[in-house]
Amino acid sequence: MEVKKLTVLGGRDKDGNPEPVRELELKRGTVTAVVGPTGSGKSALLRDIEVLARGDTVTGRKVLVNGELPPEDLRFNPRRRLVAHVTQTMGFLADCTVAEFLEAHVEAEGTDVDPYDVLEVANRLTGEPIHPDMHMTELSGGQSRALMVADVAVIGDRPVVLLDEIENAGIKKHEALDELTSHDKIVVVVTHDPVIALRADVRVVMRNGAMTEIIRTSRSEREAAKLLEKVDDWLLELRERVREGERIEGVEPPEVTTA
Amino acid sequence: MKLVIVSGTPGSGKTAVVIHTLENLVDDHDVAYLKVDCLDTEDHEIVEERLGVPAKAGLAKDMCPDHFTAYNLERAVRWAEEEGADVLFVETAGLCLRCSPYVDACLGVCVADVTLGPKSPAKVGPFLSTADVVCVNKGDLVSQAERDVFIKKITEVNPDCKVIETNGLTGTGCELLAELVEKECPEIPTDMRDVRLREKAPLCVCTLCVGETRVASDLHRGVLRRIDGFMEYRGE
Ligand SMILES: Nc1nc2c(ncn2[C@@H]2O[C@H](COP(=O)(O)OP(=O)(O)OP(=O)(O)O)[C@@H](O)[C@H]2O)c(=O)[nH]1
Ligand SMILES: Nc1ncnc2c1ncn2[C@@H]1O[C@H](COP(=O)(O)OP(=O)(O)O)[C@@H](O)[C@H]1O
Ligand SMILES: [Mg+2]
Ligand SMILES: [Mg+2]
Ligand SMILES: [Zn+2]
Repeated sequence: MEVKKLTVLGGRDKDGNPEPVRELELKRGTVTAVVGPTGSGKSALLRDIEVLARGDTVTGRKVLVNGELPPEDLRFNPRRRLVAHVTQTMGFLADCTVAEFLEAHVEAEGTDVDPYDVLEVANRLTGEPIHPDMHMTELSGGQSRALMVADVAVIGDRPVVLLDEIENAGIKKHEALDELTSHDKIVVVVTHDPVIALRADVRVVMRNGAMTEIIRTSRSEREAAKLLEKVDDWLLELRERVREGERIEGVEPPEVTTA
Repeated sequence: MKLVIVSGTPGSGKTAVVIHTLENLVDDHDVAYLKVDCLDTEDHEIVEERLGVPAKAGLAKDMCPDHFTAYNLERAVRWAEEEGADVLFVETAGLCLRCSPYVDACLGVCVADVTLGPKSPAKVGPFLSTADVVCVNKGDLVSQAERDVFIKKITEVNPDCKVIETNGLTGTGCELLAELVEKECPEIPTDMRDVRLREKAPLCVCTLCVGETRVASDLHRGVLRRIDGFMEYRGE
């Protein structure tokens, strides 16, 4: 089934009051950020999208696919899953090398993707190179995150990608989002990070279990996002130099002038 | 009455998933819970304490726990009826990996622990391959890619099952299992003679089953299988 868009229909907040935002549209090739304090219901919103809620979760929301209530089969049939949900856990149980891990995933998905394409993408997203013969359990946090983002972008053929607070250090955040949208995914990302929130096309504000506002990223926010990306790349580079044992003297922040 | 039979390897999260599922059902249903285990269990006490529903345990001791479940299912159903229940959950120990506890007129639920790794679905046998619903549990402990591979391996041994990703700690996913119990679980026939196991128990009666402790191979009788695959019946 070709998914062009998802629509989240508002439910209720934690006190049972109707949710202020009645409708949230998620289109392919766009990034939607979800912001709000801890406990405000960000993960619950992602979960509603993942299970294609039909008024049967705690929030009472419904999720439409291409404007219609999807068939029941789409929710429980493991061969028709639409959503890849990258959660905070980046620990791997797999006792194997990166190449073996990716090969196993490619084989399980039954696609003809080259595992080395995934690795190439992953290496664009992290400053610490990942080698195919590294062991999965020895990857750093940044390497794991880069590999998982590359994995859902390149291997999975799921149209929807949900990312729950994975922005922490060691990965080129905006490039990770660019990579996912270039594969024409619907991307929804829970974040506290301005680099990501301002790179998104819209952001949904959560409070007390409800979507309270949809903010479309303004022109000046987009400009700000570009500067933040530079700062972010600069930090990532410094991080790698420190890791390599360099002395860091006379650092100059990147030029942050607006056009 | 609806019968839900829940199986899975020890510690996979059966009780945790059942408790959260029952929480979603108790408002509209009278539920009862039976735990079948081998030697010892506290699960029925935990369920009774958490939910205040009728709960009971049965211990299989020397008997295969799945055979014990099958043999005692009629008693379990009658007990639940006496308790006034309209849904009975039976949690099995599922230790013998060759049997399956599900009957035709039940919802067969397997709680599969993703931390056992991608090779486990091919190994665990009929309680996974004959389940109606597979709950992929403990996904919070592994990466997205590992959950994916695990689910693909499940569909290789059970192509028609429904899959729900559950978290026994937070209860996410259990509302969906509760929904399937309401929508898909058949009513158990009043005459238990009409109820059959989905999977025949394997041939496994041998002298070891009835108490032989010596290992020398020529002392054994019954249906015997050699390490090279050769199988024979030795005896009268
Ligand atoms: N991290 C994590 N732990 C879980 C999850 N589900 C259950 N557990 C933990 O796993 C352990 C075993 O859970 P139980 O529900 O007792 O498992 P069980 O299958 O009923 O165990 P037996 O009845 O003894 O075979 C407990 O410590 C649970 O808290 C989960 O989704 N994630
Ligand atoms: N609309 C709602 N109604 C009732 N409970 C909710 C609602 N939204 C979220 N919750 C519950 O509130 C708790 C915190 O939500 P969560 O999504 O984990 O917050 P966050 O990810 O923003 O920290 C969870 O137990 C969740 O199930
Ligand atoms: Mg959260
Ligand atoms: Mg238990
Ligand atoms: Zn058995």
